[in-house]
Amino acid sequence: MKEVMEASHAIAEAVKAVDPAVIAAYPITPQTHIVERLSEYVANGELKGEYINAESEFAAISACLGAQATGVRSYTSTSSQGLALMHEILYIVSGMRLPVGMTVVNRALSAPINIWNDHQDSISERDSGWIQLYVETAQEAYDMTLMQYKICEDKRVLLPSMVCLDGFTLSHVYEPVDILEKARVDGFLPKYKPVHAVLDPKEPLTQGPIGFPTHYMEFRKDLVDAIAGSERVIGEVMAEYSRMFPVSIKDSRPDRYYHYEEYMMEDADVVLVAMGSVCGTIKEVIDELRGKGVKAGLLKLVTYRPFPNELIAKRLSGYRKVAVVDKALSPGNTAPLYTEVASALYDSKERPNLRSFIVGLGGRDVTLGHIERIINMTLKGEGAKTEWMF
Amino acid sequence: MADIGRKKIGNVELTTGAVLPSDGSTQKNKTGGWRALRPVTDHAKCTGCGICWVYCPDASRFKDKDGKFDFVADYCKGCGICADVCPVKCITMVVEEE
Repeated sequence: MKEVMEASHAIAEAVKAVDPAVIAAYPITPQTHIVERLSEYVANGELKGEYINAESEFAAISACLGAQATGVRSYTSTSSQGLALMHEILYIVSGMRLPVGMTVVNRALSAPINIWNDHQDSISERDSGWIQLYVETAQEAYDMTLMQYKICEDKRVLLPSMVCLDGFTLSHVYEPVDILEKARVDGFLPKYKPVHAVLDPKEPLTQGPIGFPTHYMEFRKDLVDAIAGSERVIGEVMAEYSRMFPVSIKDSRPDRYYHYEEYMMEDADVVLVAMGSVCGTIKEVIDELRGKGVKAGLLKLVTYRPFPNELIAKRLSGYRKVAVVDKALSPGNTAPLYTEVASALYDSKERPNLRSFIVGLGGRDVTLGHIERIINMTLKGEGAKTEWMF
Repeated sequence: MADIGRKKIGNVELTTGAVLPSDGSTQKNKTGGWRALRPVTDHAKCTGCGICWVYCPDASRFKDKDGKFDFVADYCKGCGICADVCPVKCITMVVEEE
C-alpha cells in the first residue's frame, strides 16, 4: 500500500507489523509522532501489546530491558536528551545481550537548548554496544525498522539496535512510502521465539549478575566479538529484504540494501562520505555538478556500528580526494565520522587526501551551496583540515 | 533449560550475557568478608520488634529461637542501618578483628 506519510508514521506502521509485546516510552519532549501513533494503535485495539507511559526515558528503556528478559519483543523510541538519559541502561541492555529495538530520531543535545536535528545524540552512544543503522528516507526508515528486529534477534547476534533518522528533516516530512501487508512482513520476520535465556519461574536462572575482575574482561570481549560478527548478519538480512521486497517507489531507497550505498562513485574525482538525510542533498548537488563536468560521488554509510572498517577501506582505496561530512562533534578531537574513516584507511596502501566538514548542527540548514563548496574545496585542496559550513 | 550460549575465552567459561543456569547465586557467593564493622546485638535489650529485619538491605537479620534478632555473618556487610534504626538502640557496631 503506497501512501504519503511522515517517516514517524511509517516507523509506527513498521512497529505495528513487528508486533512488540511491550512498548515503553516517555510521552513528552523530546518525543515524536512515532509513539503517539503507536499509543493510538494500542488504544483502538490494532496493536495488542502493552503500552507503558514511562515517567522518564530511563524508566522506558528499563521497562524494555525487563520485558525483553521475559522473552518478548520490546520497542522504544526517543531523541537527544531522552537518549542521553537512557545512557546507563543502554550498556546494561547490550551487556545482557537483549535484542531490544529502538528508533532514535536524531536531535541535538543541549546546551544551548535546541530541539532540532544533528547526530550528536546517537553518535554519543556509539560505544554502548548497540547496532546503529542510519537512514536517508522515510522508506528506508520503514524498511530498516523491520530489518533491525531480524538482525538483532539472530542467534549469532543477540544485541540491541538503533535505527537513526534525522529529526524533522525525516521524522516530520511527508514522503511516499510503500507499507507492506502484515502477511508479507510475517514471511520475513516470523512471530517472536526467543533464542536467548528468558525469565521463567518454572526454569529459574539468573540474569544480570556481578562480573568479577576474573570474568568481566572476557564478557566485554564476547560483546565486541558479537557486534563485529553482526556485520555479516546485517549484510545477509539486508540482501534478503532487498530480494523479498523490490523497490516500488522510484528513488525511495537503494535497489539493494548494504552497509553503504554508493552514488556515482565509479569515475569520481572526489568522494563525499556521509550518513542520513543529508545524502539526498548531496546526490542532488552531484547530479547538478555532473552537468558542469565536475565528477563527484557519494559513499552513504548505513551501518555505523559495527563500523565496516575493511569494506570502507577497500571501497575508498584508490580515490585521491575524500571529504567526510559530519553532523556531530567530539570536542577536543576531530569529528567522529571523520576520525573513524581516517582510522579505517590508515592501513591502506593508497590513502586518499581526507578532509573533514562539519554541517547542520542543531538544525542548521545544509544547503546545496554548502555541499557544492565542500566538493570544490576538496577538489582544489582549499581551506583547513576541518571546515565548518556555517 | 534455555540455551544460554556456553563458550570459553581463554580459560574463562562464559555464557551469553552472563546468564547463570540457576537461581540463588547470591546465596552461594558469600560476601560477609567485605565487613569492617560487626553489628553486635544486646539480646537483653532487644524487644524482637523486627525493625532491623525490615530495614536490612541484604536480608542479613534473622530471628533466633528466643524471638531476638541477630545478624547473618556470611552476608552482613556491616552498613550499620540496623543499629541506626533500632528503636531501643540495642545494636552496637564493633570493629571486626581477625
